[in-house]
Amino acid sequence: MDSFITMNEVSQSFNGEDVLTSINLEINEGEIYGLLGPSGSGKTTLVKTIVGTLKPSSGTVYVQDVEMPSLKKLQDIGYMAQADALYSELTAKENLAFFAKLYGIPRHSISNRIDEVLSQVDLLESKNKLADKFSGGMKRRLSLAIALLHKPKILILDEPTVGIDPILRNKVWNHFYEMKQQGISIIITTHVMDEAEKCDQLALLRDGKIMASGSPSKLKKQTNTSSIEQSFLYYGGVQT
Amino acid sequence: MKVGAIVTRIIRQMVRDKRSLALLLFAPLLILTLTWLVLDQESSDLKIATIDVPDSIITTLNDQQINVIDIDKPKSALKNSEIDAIIETAGNSLRITIDDSEPTNSQAIMMKIQQALVSKANVQQVEINHLYGLELSTTFDYVGPVLIGYFAFFFVFLVGGISFLREKSQGTMERLFATPIKSWEIVAGYIIGFGLFAIIQSFIVVLFAVYALGVPLEGSFWNVVLITLLLALAALTLGTLLSTFAKNEFQMMQFIPVVVVPQAFFSGLFNLENAPLWVEWIGNFMPMYYGAEALKEIMIKGNSIDAVVLEIAALIGFSLVFFVLNLGTLAGYRK
Repeated sequence: MDSFITMNEVSQSFNGEDVLTSINLEINEGEIYGLLGPSGSGKTTLVKTIVGTLKPSSGTVYVQDVEMPSLKKLQDIGYMAQADALYSELTAKENLAFFAKLYGIPRHSISNRIDEVLSQVDLLESKNKLADKFSGGMKRRLSLAIALLHKPKILILDEPTVGIDPILRNKVWNHFYEMKQQGISIIITTHVMDEAEKCDQLALLRDGKIMASGSPSKLKKQTNTSSIEQSFLYYGGVQT
Repeated sequence: MKVGAIVTRIIRQMVRDKRSLALLLFAPLLILTLTWLVLDQESSDLKIATIDVPDSIITTLNDQQINVIDIDKPKSALKNSEIDAIIETAGNSLRITIDDSEPTNSQAIMMKIQQALVSKANVQQVEINHLYGLELSTTFDYVGPVLIGYFAFFFVFLVGGISFLREKSQGTMERLFATPIKSWEIVAGYIIGFGLFAIIQSFIVVLFAVYALGVPLEGSFWNVVLITLLLALAALTLGTLLSTFAKNEFQMMQFIPVVVVPQAFFSGLFNLENAPLWVEWIGNFMPMYYGAEALKEIMIKGNSIDAVVLEIAALIGFSLVFFVLNLGTLAGYRK
């Protein structure tokens, strides 16, 4: 199979509360896969389960035929959490250098690589600024830079463009397309409908279940609607 | 190396966070100084009245710098705490009545009067032996060694525990879990990183206590630093372990009255000789008990490291147990 990431009947429950129910998902190499859903629909839990910071309560997750959680596989995954996990006392460069060492990037190439990812997210001139002094959008971009640092084959991004202005958002998306060309698979969670349109494949998530999945055009066709928002409403209506 | 990355990061963070650094390095000095100011008082102006006591004895008392005063109604004066003791002749011997509502006073009076009377051969034979031949004249001299260890323990627990907790509350712990770092590397990084600051702290605190405050030091300086450091490591591993059970900084503070303060009761600051056996037994589970014991052995009794092997082993044992438990709880989070 060329399926890069496979989730098989994955359920996730905490203290008896079901957060994810029977998720089946197949993500192919080199596609941008969007997880669309309102907050509380289980998007974050879903991506954490793929990354392996959460172990599924039942079911299996495979990333390139390796069952998650796997410490080794994390080397191939770039993860950007919903919360900006930054050390506020450190500069942008120092934050990046820290994670570079954790990913085992060779010492001599760390400095170059940091400049590369910082210019990708337009933060090169803030390289030596403390993360504490960053605006919300800048923090998001720095988190994204950390996820890109070790040139992962899979990028898992939890609401990557929140608080980023439209111009930069466009730039970031162009960069996603570029990475896709290089064969990198990207999983993005979002609650913004127009962003969902940009994905190759979409899964509509609600109350911990996948209501529908497929390419945006297929979803619109199936529901006979003209936008993803309307398809979402359609599936939501069927469901209840 | 990944442990090295965490160590470098912790050093950078601490150096930038001046207040936490100051808390770790200088707050122990401040509190030690305050305790010293309060406890380091020699009871010098003791007032004693005499009733029918031979002049020769009064002279001896005066020689010992005891303030023998003439007062009309000594007994009521004693009750009103105007004087500290009465010495009267009762038959062939002397009777001493002490105002023991002031515990430090009564100790000092007994010591001084005994000293005075021993030198008088014609009064009953009193023999006083000092086991260690020390001149511990104030309360601070007795508790100083314990306090050095206690404050080192307290502040390392607090700073180490809270920075480990912040890793969780600011989301970076979760982010670390998404990198190929092993749990033991995270904890080891913390122990080495803060261990370096604990070394500096131990050194400064012991240096200050001994040379600025005059805490008695009969044994080796470096042995004291070693014990303080081992105590700090136990505090660090305990702090990071407990921080995994706290949701925020406030909950971390709640461990102080529950975990840190009780250790003071078993550290030798309070005399437990007459406590029931099971109370003493509780102390066996507290790192401070062993740390304080070792510090007293070295600083007051002047013993070498051989005398405190058991205590050192206990402190290392505590740190290891806390370290392993912490790995267990982290593995629990990293599902």
